[in-house]
Amino acid sequence: MSDPSAATTPSGAAGARRPLVRLEHVDKHFGALHVLRDVDLTVAEGEVVVVIGPSGSGKSTLCRTINRLETIDSGRITIAGEDLPQEGKALAKLRADVGMVFQSFNLFAHKTVRENVTLGPVKARGVSAEQARKRADELLERVGVANQADKYPAQLSGGQQQRVAIARALAMDPKVMLFDEPTSALDPEMINEVLDVMTGLAKSGMTMIVVTHEMGFARRAADRVVFMADGQIVEDAEPETFFTAPKHERAKDFLSKILTH
Amino acid sequence: MDPVLENLGLFASGFLRSLGIAAWGLLGSLVWGTVLAVFRISPVPVLRAFGTFYVTWLRNTPLAIVLFTMAFGIPAVGINASYYVFGVVGLVLYTSAFVCEAVRSGVATVPTGQAEAARSIGLTFSQTLGLIVLPQALRAVVPPVGNVLIAMIKNSAVVGALGVGGDLFSVYNRLTSAQGYAALPVLTGVAIGFLVMTLTASALLALFERRAAVAR
Repeated sequence: MSDPSAATTPSGAAGARRPLVRLEHVDKHFGALHVLRDVDLTVAEGEVVVVIGPSGSGKSTLCRTINRLETIDSGRITIAGEDLPQEGKALAKLRADVGMVFQSFNLFAHKTVRENVTLGPVKARGVSAEQARKRADELLERVGVANQADKYPAQLSGGQQQRVAIARALAMDPKVMLFDEPTSALDPEMINEVLDVMTGLAKSGMTMIVVTHEMGFARRAADRVVFMADGQIVEDAEPETFFTAPKHERAKDFLSKILTH
Repeated sequence: MDPVLENLGLFASGFLRSLGIAAWGLLGSLVWGTVLAVFRISPVPVLRAFGTFYVTWLRNTPLAIVLFTMAFGIPAVGINASYYVFGVVGLVLYTSAFVCEAVRSGVATVPTGQAEAARSIGLTFSQTLGLIVLPQALRAVVPPVGNVLIAMIKNSAVVGALGVGGDLFSVYNRLTSAQGYAALPVLTGVAIGFLVMTLTASALLALFERRAAVAR
């Protein structure tokens, strides 16, 4: 990859690195529902943080607040030290630096796979069509769907679509990648092909925040596991510690439910 | 049908004049109606409020009132133009309110994830709308907008009643009042003229609808 920040930072030991994403006292309501309660979270450059928790715990909302697809009621979110701007040109610019992968892929249905990947660089960054195309083909090769470049999203399997969606986000050379349950909408046999791409990305040093139910991925690729329940971060630990010796009752209860089969 | 056949040239020129009114009306309503729809879904409260006010006002005013206001009210405040221009502008102002709502309903059929994905790769509001949302809304927009446009073509006959001159309505007046032809055959000829316009429009819309299909 040509992204200089991606190649130089090794996985593990997050302590000394520069904080890239920081949430301070973040609160959010959906009507009467208090979805995020005084959330604090710091993610350092090159760090891979996996967010887990029961459904309705606020983990997807947390993920979506980081590129302001959801607004917050109070608190502060900074990326590389800069506050998230209000809706407008400045926010669009910031979003270009924050890659996002959705549960339902959200590939542009009326564009080919290659066009999906070149659109952002050409329209948001002003990269030349030729250069964007070259880069898109490299990325599609990297995620293993180069031979599908001229097809439309609906002609691809779910796993292929999600890998294209990852390539689309990577084409912007993002500082950080957000994954909002990237494998939850996939058939079981397609989950691993997506997780493999994500694991590779984590190894390359990409800063990642991943909301997922894939505990294997969390163990394999995460530097930290954040456990959420009822809109709060209940536990924040290294994967080994979290999975073998969770401190809180809610975390123990959750793990006992998902790890028994 | 003798009155029609005997005056075929007159009917042909009347048809072209009426077609001109309808064509300008169509173009204007599509453009202004789409702009209004963008206002109504924009993140800017002032534009949204304006869009809502405009649609509520013009959708609930009879076309005849809009046209007579244009033709006789506007000159009274010192703005002058031909009845042709006033007629077309009135038709556009009226029809665009309906086009706006049809476009807005089509936009609602595009999954929100499409716009979210567009915003998340750094596209601005106008890029998201122009490159991602509106192209995909097209398919869903064609049938309801088609209804509105066909109604507009028929409404354009009312513009003739302002006294634009040279259109199918004036052909009717001339043949029945001045030359004493019977009303029914002449009106049949006028109706055929409008049928040619509306049926052609229907066929074009059906073709366009197939072209605009997006697979999901």
